[in-house]
Amino acid sequence: MGIVSPGFHGRRRQGDVKLPPGQYLTDDFPVLSAGPTPRVGQDEWEFVVTTETGERHRWSWREFLALPSETPTVDIHCVTKWSKLGTTWTGVSLDTLLADVETTADYALARSYGGYTTNLPLEDLLDGRAWLAYRFDGEDLHPEHGGPVRLLVPHLYFWKSAKWVHGLDLLTQDEPGFWETAGYHDYGDPWLEQRYQGD
Amino acid sequence: MARLVETRDETPTARTLVLDVPGWPGHLAGQHVDVRLTAADGYSAQRSYSLAAAPDGDRVELTVQNVPDGEVSPYLTGVFSVGDPVEIRGPVGGWFVWRPDDPAPVTLVAGGAGVAPLMAMVRARRAAGSRVPFRLVYSVRTPDERWYAGELRRPDPGVEVFPLYTRAAPDGWPRPPGRLAKGDLAGWGWPPEFDPACFVCGPTGFVEAAADLLVALGHDPRRIRTERFGPTGG
Ligand SMILES: Cc1cc2nc3c(=O)[nH]c(=O)nc-3n(C[C@H](O)[C@H](O)[C@H](O)COP(=O)(O)OP(=O)(O)OC[C@H]3O[C@@H](n4cnc5c(N)ncnc54)[C@H](O)[C@@H]3O)c2cc1C
Repeated sequence: MGIVSPGFHGRRRQGDVKLPPGQYLTDDFPVLSAGPTPRVGQDEWEFVVTTETGERHRWSWREFLALPSETPTVDIHCVTKWSKLGTTWTGVSLDTLLADVETTADYALARSYGGYTTNLPLEDLLDGRAWLAYRFDGEDLHPEHGGPVRLLVPHLYFWKSAKWVHGLDLLTQDEPGFWETAGYHDYGDPWLEQRYQGD
Repeated sequence: MARLVETRDETPTARTLVLDVPGWPGHLAGQHVDVRLTAADGYSAQRSYSLAAAPDGDRVELTVQNVPDGEVSPYLTGVFSVGDPVEIRGPVGGWFVWRPDDPAPVTLVAGGAGVAPLMAMVRARRAAGSRVPFRLVYSVRTPDERWYAGELRRPDPGVEVFPLYTRAAPDGWPRPPGRLAKGDLAGWGWPPEFDPACFVCGPTGFVEAAADLLVALGHDPRRIRTERFGPTGG
């Protein structure tokens, strides 16, 4: 336990809900981004997977929407300390997108419109744990929250769920992304409170 | 571990906390700390606060706006007293920072409490004796909500401050009260041709709007760094 702050009682509004350490519950949907919100039209949007051999797999918006979709309800945890429970998304599982991609890579670097990047172990994108989401709460995903399409990897801190996602590079070596280069944790497990480098 | 050594009221609802943090490693203007409060039974809550001053030995300063019904800010602005300990973690953040060796002109756009890390940049510039030209566009609801008012009124060659009022302006103020508009940033920020570094900070809605306006004015999105403070407000 940390040092006690004299006279602090706290709100404990989370009741019985179990949250990762240091997180608090919110009903809002706060926004964390490093710069302006890119505006990407659905007609220009594409998703490109590039393997370690340079092989490219590309989906247009129309091709992407034709893939089987899922509607996961998940809890999300932002490194700025808010957690939001039971959020419902519609998206395409990365298992579906990567099913026909030949690779021996262990790592992935997600690339976004606007230049944002974030790195993840490839296995964290598989086995029903990650989606390319295009709807939130039954509505098209708002640009502020990463629309038209964002990565959704709810078991890691939310900065790993790259907004405005444009592609994935599959890599044999880990390559730190944007926040990871700026001092944030390489993996980002909220339950282990891996916020910053060295956690 | 930090200890509160001094407080200064910026407005009736915001106060600056001067903390003594033995072994503080120093920081860059724009970085923040995580403050963790712990109740007697072990329950704890954490929030982020920007470092508002330039590095000064083991002293750091935060300015906290009291958010009514908030969990942490009412404690920091009300209950927390000189001599009390508090747990802080940091400095954190390596992107929303201004470095004194960067010669590019700087446009700072603050909404409400978002002025805190931008004030750190103004102060770091002064501490470094830098001559980089700065412009601060500072949006508040009313004149009495301005933080650091005395300091920002004092002449600081190379730093121009443009207050902007959204609800009520002082008598005779040339600009009618209203939200930040494109014309404000066109007139008061550096033009895109100067390739300024733009730092935008405040409540989420303000930052979204201001960053969009800068992009619309022709600023390269990669030159615009943003820090979003919270879900709602100003
Ligand atoms: C990187 C970073 C730096 C920050 N720096 C500063 C700083 O220098 N000074 C400062 O005062 N704050 C700063 N903040 C905001 C701060 O972390 C807290 O969010 C804020 O103090 C409210 O916390 P709370 O526990 O009092 O309120 P909470 O209990 O979290 O919230 C109570 C209610 O107020 C609303 N609310 C939450 N935050 C805000 C807000 N910022 N404005 C208006 N309404 C809000 C919530 O939606 C909720 O309804 C920063 C935030 C970030 C992410």
